[in-house]
Amino acid sequence: MTPKRKMTPKRKRLWLLIGSLCVLGAAAALVLSALSDNIVFFYSPSQLAEKHVPPERRFRLGGLVEEGSVRKEGSEVRFRITDLNRSLEVVYRGILPDLFREGQGVIAEGALDRDGVFMAREVLAKHDEKYMPPEVAKALKESGRWQEGEGTKK
Amino acid sequence: MADLHFLANPARFRRFSQRVLPALSIVTALALAIGLYWGLVVAPPDYQQGDTVRIMFLHVPTASLAMGGYLLLAALGASLLVWRHPLAALMARATAPVGATYAAVCLITGSLWGRPMWGTYWVWDARLTSFLLLFFLYLGHIALSRAYDDSERGDRAAAILAIVGAINVPIIKFSVDWWNTLHQPASIMRMGGPSIDPSLLWPLFWMMGALALLFVTLVLLRTETEIDRRRLEIAENQD
Repeated sequence: MTPKRKMTPKRKRLWLLIGSLCVLGAAAALVLSALSDNIVFFYSPSQLAEKHVPPERRFRLGGLVEEGSVRKEGSEVRFRITDLNRSLEVVYRGILPDLFREGQGVIAEGALDRDGVFMAREVLAKHDEKYMPPEVAKALKESGRWQEGEGTKK
Repeated sequence: MADLHFLANPARFRRFSQRVLPALSIVTALALAIGLYWGLVVAPPDYQQGDTVRIMFLHVPTASLAMGGYLLLAALGASLLVWRHPLAALMARATAPVGATYAAVCLITGSLWGRPMWGTYWVWDARLTSFLLLFFLYLGHIALSRAYDDSERGDRAAAILAIVGAINVPIIKFSVDWWNTLHQPASIMRMGGPSIDPSLLWPLFWMMGALALLFVTLVLLRTETEIDRRRLEIAENQD
């Protein structure tokens, strides 16, 4: 057996610190995993189908604006939000963000009505993590190496 | 004598910092000027965000540096609590307000970016909320370190806060992966390399370096001040 090193005060403090950090980290991980259902910012149409949210309950719905689904009737906009698996009809009255267009990621806040249509009070645009100049975007699209999730601006 | 031991390291640090600060300030100013010109004038607009994307050159570096600064604060806290390093407490006092300012700049620029692109100044998603918490942790550190008449007690209390709060830094980083958020996922430090075109990525890296230099410059300068302040305090107490 190797002789034990004497615990100097410094060593003791260091181990105390490491020990409390481990406990703290574990506690944080437990709290966050317990809360994970509440930290979710929005539901996708598929998640919504599993949840059975009652009408009039406010929540956020996120996904892509389905291609060819946008119809404007006066100040009212109707479109479908899809996760490429399921989709849901959305009605919104108000100003849309600049990035809103077919194929764009959006998050709508509102509630379902009795017919299962999502009545949005607010529509936010969600963009992806890609940044590039317009010429590069054009070249990549033409060469077919990149499929734009979101149609080009206007 | 306890006082001599206390001043030994800070005094050496102060001489070192006084020697490098003039040159460092000039390099920082030049780097910032080049970076801002590169980012705001030379760099191309984004294909979908247009010129708004230029907010990134301030938003992303201040975010990274505010998080890095907090890790520094936690490391200083640990070296104060474990090794009783005399300089650590002074440097922590110097760092916290700089980090808080970076966090504030990140929050403000993010808000101004969010309005035209997302359609809102603020949402309570996991990324934004955890970053706001970082800002409050900085403010808490500043307040706590000054909350006691005995400044060493304040230093120790703030050190504990810095270490505990460091748990929030990985939460901020991975919030966009663990939960769905309005904020987009990571663009730079991610699997498969950065998703930013080089024409936008290089000025971003440059600004990251320039703002890091500014961070270091401000912390050195403020640490010098803290050393002088602590010396005065000791002198007053001896009278």
